[in-house]
Amino acid sequence: MIRVQNLVKKFADFTAVNDISFAVPKGEIFAFLGPNGAGKTTTIKMLTTLLPPTSGSLQLNGLDPTRQANEVRQQFGIVFQDPSLDGDLTAAENLELHGVLYHVPRKIRRERTEMLLKLFELWDRKDTLVKKFSGGMKRRLEIARGFLHTPKILFLDEPTLGLDPQSRNQLWSHVKRLNETEQVTVFLTTHYMEEADRVAHRIAVIDHGKIVAIGTSQELRERTNTQTLEDAFLALTGITIRDETANAGADQMRQFAQMWRK
Amino acid sequence: MHAIFILWLREVKKYTRSRPQIVASLAQPLLYLLVLGFGFGPVFQQAGNGSYLQFVAPGVIGMTVLFTSVFSGIALLFDRQFGFLKETLVAPVPRIRIMIGRTLGGATVAMLQGTLIFVACMIAGFRPVSLVAIPLAFVFMALIAIVFAAFGTAIGSGLQDMQGFQLIMNFLVLPIFFLSGALYPLHNLPKVLAAVTRVDPLSYGVDGLRGVLTGRLMVFGTGTDLLALALIAVFLLIFGAWRFSKIEI
Repeated sequence: MIRVQNLVKKFADFTAVNDISFAVPKGEIFAFLGPNGAGKTTTIKMLTTLLPPTSGSLQLNGLDPTRQANEVRQQFGIVFQDPSLDGDLTAAENLELHGVLYHVPRKIRRERTEMLLKLFELWDRKDTLVKKFSGGMKRRLEIARGFLHTPKILFLDEPTLGLDPQSRNQLWSHVKRLNETEQVTVFLTTHYMEEADRVAHRIAVIDHGKIVAIGTSQELRERTNTQTLEDAFLALTGITIRDETANAGADQMRQFAQMWRK
Repeated sequence: MHAIFILWLREVKKYTRSRPQIVASLAQPLLYLLVLGFGFGPVFQQAGNGSYLQFVAPGVIGMTVLFTSVFSGIALLFDRQFGFLKETLVAPVPRIRIMIGRTLGGATVAMLQGTLIFVACMIAGFRPVSLVAIPLAFVFMALIAIVFAAFGTAIGSGLQDMQGFQLIMNFLVLPIFFLSGALYPLHNLPKVLAAVTRVDPLSYGVDGLRGVLTGRLMVFGTGTDLLALALIAVFLLIFGAWRFSKIEI
C-alpha cells in the first residue's frame, strides 16, 4: 500500500530524511517511531503531497505523490501533528467543510458528524467557535474530523499529543476497528511506546533521518535484548535529548491576528 | 463545485463574524473620504475641477476594495501559520478549486466592504450621476476585487512571516493605491509618473468607477477600463493558481 525507496529530503544544508526504504502492506498498522527531529513528519509530508522529495521514489496504492498528487490525495486521510482547524468556524462547520472537501455525501456527513462528536464528547459544543475550545478539545475535534471519511490509508502524526487517557483510548479503539472492519492501512507516529506496542503490527525506528530498525515489537525487543519497547527504543536511539527548531513566526502572527480579528 | 462553494462560504462567514474588524477597516477609507474630501475641496474647486468629494469618493471605494481583497488573499499567510492551509492542501480536490473558492470568497468580502463605503459616501454627500450607473459600478468593484484577491493569493502563496506581509503592504499595496488616480486626477502628470500610473491595475478600476459614477475626469474610457481589468484578472487568476499549486509546507 505504501512503498518508499531510497527516499531523501534535504533542506539547504540539513538532511532531514537520509535514504530510507520501507513498505507497508494493505491492512497493516505501521508505527513510525523516532526522537524529535528524526524525520517522521517530513516523511509524512512527502507521502501526503505537501513536500516534494529531493530524491528517491514514493508510492501510495501504486500512485506517485509527486506526479499524481490529485489521485494520491483521494487515497488517504490524515490527522496532523500540529493544529489544522479553522478557529473562526464552529466545530460542526469544521467537520462540514472537511466532509465537503472529501466528497462525503450530505446524509452520511450529518450522521458521522453526530456520531463522532458524541464519541469524542464534543456534541454539546458543536456550535461553539473552535478558537474558544481548550487545547484538548481542539485535539479531539481534529481526530474526529480525521475519521469523517474512510480513506484507504490513514496517517496519524502524533495524534495523542495532549489527549487525556479517555480520548486516547477512544482513538485507538476506533483505529483498530477501522483497520479490522474496513481494512484501512494505518501509518502512525507517536512518542508513547505503549501505544505503538498496543496497536501496531510492525514498527520502524528512525533516527537522524535513517531507519535504524524495523520489525514487530517483539523482534525489536529481542534484537536489543530489552524487556519493553521503550527500552528497546532507547537502546536504538540513545539517551541524548534532541532539539527541534521552533516556529518563531507563529506567536507574532497570533498577536497580529488577534489585533485584526478581535 | 461544492468545494469552491464551501471555501467561498468560509470567507464570507469569517467576515460577517468579525464585526470589530469591519468597523476598524472602515475607519481608514472614511478618514480619506472626510478629511481629504472636505480638506482639499476648496483648492480643487478653485482649480476648476468641481467638487473634490465627488471626485474622491470613487477613489475611496476603489481603495477599500483594493485593501480588503489584497488582505484576504494574503490571509493565506495566517492559514499557513495556524495550520488550516494544510487541511485544504491534502484534500482530494484540485488545488485550483481551492484557490478559486478562496479568491472568490475574498473578492466577495471586498465587495461587501466596498458597498458599505459606497453607502458611507452617499451619506457624506456623494451623488452618482444616475441610478443606472450603479450596476455598472458594481461590475467594476467586482473586477477590482477579483484582480486584487488573486494578486493577494499569488503573493500570499510565497509569504512565510509577518515581515514579508508588512513589506508587501508598504512597498506594493500603498503605491498601487497612491498611483491609481484615486486621490488626484491623472491628467497632465509628469511623464514618468504618467507611465507608472498606466501599469497600475487600480488606475483602470478607479477610472472606470469614476467614469460610470460621475461621468467626469475620465482618462481611459469605460471600454478600455473593462478590457484592461478583465485581462489583468485572467492573468492574475492563472498566475495566482500556479503559485498556489506550488505551495510547500
